[in-house]
Amino acid sequence: MKTNFLSKILIVFFGVVFFIFYKGLNNSNIYVPKVNIDKNIPSFTAKIFNSSTKIKSEEIFNNNQFYLVNIWASWCIPCREEHSFLLDLSKNKNVIIIGINYKDKIQNAKFFLGEFKNPYKIIIRDTDGTISIDWGAYGVPETFLISNKKIIKRITGPINIDSFSEIKEIIQ
Amino acid sequence: MASLIGYYSLIFGFCTSLLIILISIKNFKNTNVFNTRIISLTFLQFLFVVISFLGLILSFVNSDFSNQTVFNHSHTTKPLFYKISGTWGNHEGSLLLWLLVLTLFIFLFLLKSKEQIKKYRVLTLLFQQIIVIGFFVFLIKSSNPFSNIFPVPIEGLGLNPILQDPALAIHPPILYLGYVGSSIIFSSSLAATSLNNISKEWAKHIKPWVLISWIFLTIGILLGSIWAYYELGWGGFWFWDPVENVSLMPWLALTTLLHCILVLEKRLVLTSWVIILSISTFTLSMSGTFLVRSGILNSVHTFASDPERGLFILIFLFSLIFLSLFIFFSFHKVENQNTKHFFWLSKETSILINNWFMMYFLSVILIGTVYPIFLEVLSSEKISVGPPFYNKLIIPFLIPFLLAMAIGPKLKWIKSDLRDRLYLILFLVISLLLSGLIVNSLDISFLTNTILITAAFYLFLISLRDFFMNKFENLSQNVAHFGFSLLILSILFNNIFSTEVITNLKIGETFHSEKFKINFEKIEQNDKQNFKSLTGKFNIEDQNGVIDVLEPELRIYNQPNIVTSEADIKTNMITDKFMTMNLVRDQEYFNIRYQIKPFMIWIWISVLLITFGGIISLLKKKYEN
Repeated sequence: MKTNFLSKILIVFFGVVFFIFYKGLNNSNIYVPKVNIDKNIPSFTAKIFNSSTKIKSEEIFNNNQFYLVNIWASWCIPCREEHSFLLDLSKNKNVIIIGINYKDKIQNAKFFLGEFKNPYKIIIRDTDGTISIDWGAYGVPETFLISNKKIIKRITGPINIDSFSEIKEIIQ
Repeated sequence: MASLIGYYSLIFGFCTSLLIILISIKNFKNTNVFNTRIISLTFLQFLFVVISFLGLILSFVNSDFSNQTVFNHSHTTKPLFYKISGTWGNHEGSLLLWLLVLTLFIFLFLLKSKEQIKKYRVLTLLFQQIIVIGFFVFLIKSSNPFSNIFPVPIEGLGLNPILQDPALAIHPPILYLGYVGSSIIFSSSLAATSLNNISKEWAKHIKPWVLISWIFLTIGILLGSIWAYYELGWGGFWFWDPVENVSLMPWLALTTLLHCILVLEKRLVLTSWVIILSISTFTLSMSGTFLVRSGILNSVHTFASDPERGLFILIFLFSLIFLSLFIFFSFHKVENQNTKHFFWLSKETSILINNWFMMYFLSVILIGTVYPIFLEVLSSEKISVGPPFYNKLIIPFLIPFLLAMAIGPKLKWIKSDLRDRLYLILFLVISLLLSGLIVNSLDISFLTNTILITAAFYLFLISLRDFFMNKFENLSQNVAHFGFSLLILSILFNNIFSTEVITNLKIGETFHSEKFKINFEKIEQNDKQNFKSLTGKFNIEDQNGVIDVLEPELRIYNQPNIVTSEADIKTNMITDKFMTMNLVRDQEYFNIRYQIKPFMIWIWISVLLITFGGIISLLKKKYEN
């Protein structure tokens, strides 16, 4: 009798623990260092995609305008997932999407844009990955929302439906 | 190519698993003789996993970036040694390593259990194969180490430089040997419970496995700690980081199990303890994997966070927990010789007392580790539990724990009275005086500190005396307990006597303090294979005019572009001098952190002593008293 009761209690207990862990998994736990939020954007000089002219970051970003900086590459599978969101956002007048083409071959990148269409107003080339590091990026894809030359939101990994609607809400 | 072979080999290994299960079930039902074909099959399975693992190593060595794992974690300019160690320095590779060790241990278990009854061997194997299949499915389905990328990138993303360290290259494999060894104990005790086969003979048979897992787990934790001290450059060796905790919890359970097995071997009591501890050691190891791999916790160790992977491990883990609960409650018969019949002054009572203390420490750490998750789910409040929580809850309870550790081994089985009472009291007085002297010489004096140091000294002196008086009888226990007292003493003195200076200096400047002067002489720049190094030269002069030269280093890695700070540490038997240097942005100044940490080396030595105690016990054929 006694062990029977104990076993039921334990099963309920572990059931609860399971449920809580399960819930915990669904919480977004992607660790975002607070220092990178509300920080000024890094300044850089980089080659523009498809041409040999260089551009300075000061020439790209203006105050009173939302920018979405998206780090992408043709070889990056998750980038394809988020591409439809970027295309959708590119139709929005309140935001300008800037692409950072990360460690990519220019030919492959062109194919990629040809196949999936181009959501970017400006694309800069980051052949050795140093620009992305200045941004404090973890990997590809990664997206930064910028307002008044400050990073106000950062999305590590591909944009999903949640982060997409969050971005939309902010830029409205 | 190597990738492809590795992948198919993995699938073949999985199929072998199914075959083994089929044959084992047949063998379990039908005959009385163990089907030796099973042993060959487990060897075959091991071979498949070896091939698969070699395939991954080869992909890493050849920098085959069409393999996603290699691409994410390697780079052509990385030294060969770290290309190889990079194989298991990531999520997918480390799981493959788990599987490798798991299949190896199953094979060894079958070889080493020939004198056991057939049903027990087959059933243990079946439980093990359930675990193996879980890992195979996990690897193939959601953590495939051999997935392709197309188009093939020219260059990889590189291995995180802080993982490029010799101690860390061997830390995971050793730790895994411990974890996986605990899976053998898990399956074996479930099998023995189902067959009602828990006996003194079983205890004797499983003891080496407990010892082996315990030894590897101890060394694994030690290596991790050494890595943290030398590489992370925070000047500590234990941070109560969740990932450190998840390795410590199975260790506590395993240590308790080890002591219970000793009792079981002698007296056939504490069987419930043994079964529950066997189950919890393994499930704690698995929960560790879950907590680290799923990214549910934030920690410096988190590799990848992927909820899908987390969900898989979670379901797998809880299936194992419910399976073992079911077996425990349906088959286990509570022993007649109840613990209530223990005489209050006997070896088994003292072991039982310490078991409860260990369980207490384990619960504190468990709660500290998982409570933030619970809180976040239930109230979406984020907290992190830090060292003060653990220190406050653990340190006071170390005192009776240490005393019981000192007196316990002197007691006899069943019923005993205290011999050598004079010595016991004399040593207590000496310890009190010693710690009183030490604490008094400091400005701060806390009662807990005094008592704690007393207790540690007490264990220290008593085990030292036993070492010489008892003519090496019971040597393993003696060495391990002595090591533990040394560990506590070193940690305490290390905490109490450490000094630290943090300051900004530029080249040529000198920092003055009461006890020493730090002179920043120069800085040198060198180019290495995959990083640029800046080495500072500092002259430190102490009160006696002795000059030490410390040369901390900054490494600027090319791939990924990360700056790491390499501490320069001058170690001698009494104290460590520890210095790290960091860039202060856009200035000619460098941020210097200088620490004097006494008895650091004794922390490592004492853990080695504890491990050595386990090794002696493993090598010794005859019973321990």
